[in-house]
Amino acid sequence: MANFSATKRLLSLPASARAAFLAPTRAFSVLKRPFPNYEGHVPLNVFERGALAAGSAVMSLLNPRRGDLIAALGETTATPYFIYRLRDAMLSNPTGRRILRDRPRITSRTMSVEKLRALPDNSVGRAYVGWLDGEGVSPDTRDSVKYIDNEECAYVMQRYRESHDFYHAITGLPVFVEGEVALKAFEFANTLLPMTGLSLFAVTRMKPAERSRFWQTYLPWAISNGLKSKEVINVYWEEELERDVADLRAELGLERPPDLRETRKTLREQRKAAKEEKEKISGLTSGKPFVGS
Amino acid sequence: MSKPTLWRTPTRLSRRLIAAKQPYRCLSCSFRLAQEQAKQDAKTTHFGFENVPESEKESRVGAVFSSVASSYDTMNDLMSLYIHRLWKDRFVRSLNPGLHPTTATTTSSSSPPQPQTLLDIAGGTGDIAFRLLSHATDINNDTMSRVIVSDINPAMLSEGKKRSLETPWAGSERLSWVEANAERLSMLDDASIDLYTVAFGIRNFTNKQAALEEAFRVLKPGGIFACLEFSKVGNRLLNGVYKRWSFGAIPLIGQLVAGDRESYQYLVESIEKFPSQREFVGMIEQAGFMVPEPAWEDLTGGIAAIHRGFKPV
Repeated sequence: MANFSATKRLLSLPASARAAFLAPTRAFSVLKRPFPNYEGHVPLNVFERGALAAGSAVMSLLNPRRGDLIAALGETTATPYFIYRLRDAMLSNPTGRRILRDRPRITSRTMSVEKLRALPDNSVGRAYVGWLDGEGVSPDTRDSVKYIDNEECAYVMQRYRESHDFYHAITGLPVFVEGEVALKAFEFANTLLPMTGLSLFAVTRMKPAERSRFWQTYLPWAISNGLKSKEVINVYWEEELERDVADLRAELGLERPPDLRETRKTLREQRKAAKEEKEKISGLTSGKPFVGS
Repeated sequence: MSKPTLWRTPTRLSRRLIAAKQPYRCLSCSFRLAQEQAKQDAKTTHFGFENVPESEKESRVGAVFSSVASSYDTMNDLMSLYIHRLWKDRFVRSLNPGLHPTTATTTSSSSPPQPQTLLDIAGGTGDIAFRLLSHATDINNDTMSRVIVSDINPAMLSEGKKRSLETPWAGSERLSWVEANAERLSMLDDASIDLYTVAFGIRNFTNKQAALEEAFRVLKPGGIFACLEFSKVGNRLLNGVYKRWSFGAIPLIGQLVAGDRESYQYLVESIEKFPSQREFVGMIEQAGFMVPEPAWEDLTGGIAAIHRGFKPV
């Protein structure tokens, strides 16, 4: 039954502060959800969170285009420990603290794409716009955080999600599956969010050549660089847009991995040349009229 | 806390929190409060658990169904664990649409019986319409009756037309599609319909009574109104399980399969808000229909219910 002294203390607070006390700290039934802590917040109980984590893990592996499920997987697996660790990493760093105080958002309103396209080629902003254009997305395509209960941690998750394209920019990893998996491995070593680690199951969807490149080159690169570099969550991207990418990388203690696009292009050309050779030779030996070199 | 009634109510936390919200007294706040009162007096209706102005409900329901249209049938199967197919089969079989050529009677023995015109309201994806036609054709050997499918949402109608390509009636005169609001069926004449069906649609209407009165208008005397809708469960254990499934699992499945949690949250809230079986019978009778006992048929313990009424001759 109701504890009367606790009730009296609760009622003496203004209505807005009461919500914090009724925030989900205990198990609740789906029929009586607690008040949301921020706009868009959907409080989930333990079973729902587990079911959503399991379901979204399976469904996003089957259909990697479902960005909303990857987002849901990230949010449901981030608590209890991992998102708090990331938030504390931000609080331990002066820039991180400024980010948490200012709460900047990366949307098409705050990031003017036209202005970024005008920046010099080796700047962070230009590289960022290059990835957006390459994938055909705008900064608005990131879902807002729904399933993290603590409001500050929800912002940390949102910041991580919106900064993901900047991580592409500084590492130089391209946006197709192979590059994304390598980047996720780097993020796992750096931010320790479980979703980034779980995304590595996507190696099962890669071709054998890609997979061997991943094990031999990109995974070792990701782990060593993710661990030795500074926390990328603490970079105030809005202030680093005009900075040279190599400069920022040096400050973070990050090395560029081998250029994946170049590697694939070279291999593709080699394979094409080898195929043409083979066709020429088989044309000679099969008795067909010589087509000429 | 000066209200004397507070002492008589049980001192549960929720009630005391509600009573504690005293209105502010500053001038600008009183002015704002008066304006809010005026806005609240404007006709509102419920959109799930939210209260919205009536003018807004139609567009918000429209947005829900445009979003769910493409995965509607998959989601129905998953949410009801395929039981919705049994409900719809039972619904159509109990109505027995179609005129059997040897048993159909007419007022004058010289003219042949007129083929039936069946109207399926909010029938977007065609589940009920196809069942009506196949029951009439296969069981009653009636190849002349026709079904008009009406839905307010064009996305649902396109899904229905796509599905009709797999039936024998796509493009025939026996099946026609019309985009219309059930509260204003202006393209249908008075007393032109033999059977009016609405399955899992009426809880989304802005004004259910207006839709019932429009049904009364378009039906012929002796015509039947039939409604299949979610309703109240009597058994407390079943209700507990059902409610937890509705509010927990259904939005979750909506997120996983359709990528849209909010629409399915709306759907389960709208089920909660729908009147009980007896109340709905009252609404049907208020529109002018006669509802003989038993006034409704519960399906799966009351999770769904079939209501039938006929227009007096």
